[in-house]
Amino acid sequence: MRASGKKISGDKDIQVILGTLLRAGVVAAMTVVFIGGILYLLMNSYHLISYAEFDSTKAKYASITAVFAGLRTMDGAAIIQFGVLLLIFTPITRVLFSVFGFLIERDYMYVIIGLFVLAVILFSLSNKLVG
Amino acid sequence: MSVLLFTIIVLAGAFLAGLLGSLTGLGGGVIIIPLLTLVLGVDIHYAIGASIVSVIATSSGSAAAYVKEGITNIRIGMFLEIATTVSAIFGAVITVYLNPGYIAVMFGCILLFSAIMMVRKKIDHSNDDFSSPMARFFKLNGSYPVNGEVVQYGVHNVAGGFVMMFFAGIISGLLGIGSGALKVLAMDNIMRIPFKVSTTTSNFMMGVTAAASAVVYLHRGQIDPGIAMPVTLGVLTGSTLGARILINTKTDKLKVIFAAVVVFLALQMIYNGLSGKI
Repeated sequence: MRASGKKISGDKDIQVILGTLLRAGVVAAMTVVFIGGILYLLMNSYHLISYAEFDSTKAKYASITAVFAGLRTMDGAAIIQFGVLLLIFTPITRVLFSVFGFLIERDYMYVIIGLFVLAVILFSLSNKLVG
Repeated sequence: MSVLLFTIIVLAGAFLAGLLGSLTGLGGGVIIIPLLTLVLGVDIHYAIGASIVSVIATSSGSAAAYVKEGITNIRIGMFLEIATTVSAIFGAVITVYLNPGYIAVMFGCILLFSAIMMVRKKIDHSNDDFSSPMARFFKLNGSYPVNGEVVQYGVHNVAGGFVMMFFAGIISGLLGIGSGALKVLAMDNIMRIPFKVSTTTSNFMMGVTAAASAVVYLHRGQIDPGIAMPVTLGVLTGSTLGARILINTKTDKLKVIFAAVVVFLALQMIYNGLSGKI
């Protein structure tokens, strides 16, 4: 079923890179969430909260630019959200790397498939989808 | 409730959810959403936002190990992600327009289905002597290591699997879960991919599917840092520990007990959804 032995070894290398990338992304994101969480608890431990009603206008960090602005003030909640962003971007970077991998293998059909998946996710990054 | 108390309860619950989830093969979100909504009175839209973040964490964490072992089929994953990402975004966009009660009922039904899938006796459908022309065209057929030997497999009914993946993606985006049970159904039963390959590939895909809808939730303010923090930290540590225990544990009995818990939660969600309590 395989065209040559070379292709299998190529796939294997990409898989090792992808595996390392995924793990590094998760570890980095979790470290940031943990640090942000400590700061957030130090500042807010005894505040009262209720999540009984969803209110989109109350959300402070509902865009990537807002998260970065919040980071400058060292707000714990903003740091947590930054960790969440790192987590979201881990699988997206994974797709990007697979596209490069397929490009090296000259598997152009999968380069196009990968670019399409990437385009769909990038489209969701634009604010247009949320009214 | 104070922030500290809320964080501790969610952290403990998420840890347990991650642990049981990885031991039984069910995602953490399946327990997290009922815990947040039924026990802590959190609005289901916040629960969905926090859950999807934990789906990405566990998917990426476990996919890292599987990908290195060479069991995951990256081409199948990428090919089917065309369907799951488009439909996950669609699901995430429409979820806010739906009555929370309907979402709870739908969630309950998916829980029931997942419980059945979990305890059902598994039959390996894979055979390697035939594959569909479409599978050959998209180069989906592959091989994976079994006890040191490389086994080839062919992929069947690509179109059917692709359609099923659209459905799995919508459910994932609507409810903030990985919908692993639906993905495995598509790959295992319809496309007849060997178990190990279908479960690991579905896990691998989940992160990308979830990332697509997570961005929509983030923009809408459904991802609240105060909930996302204990949920992701708890689920990830729980599932990491679960994966370590899994190697030398018989999980058959645990699965039955866990299925009973899931059925109970499902009925609670459906009841509360129908009576307007959610």
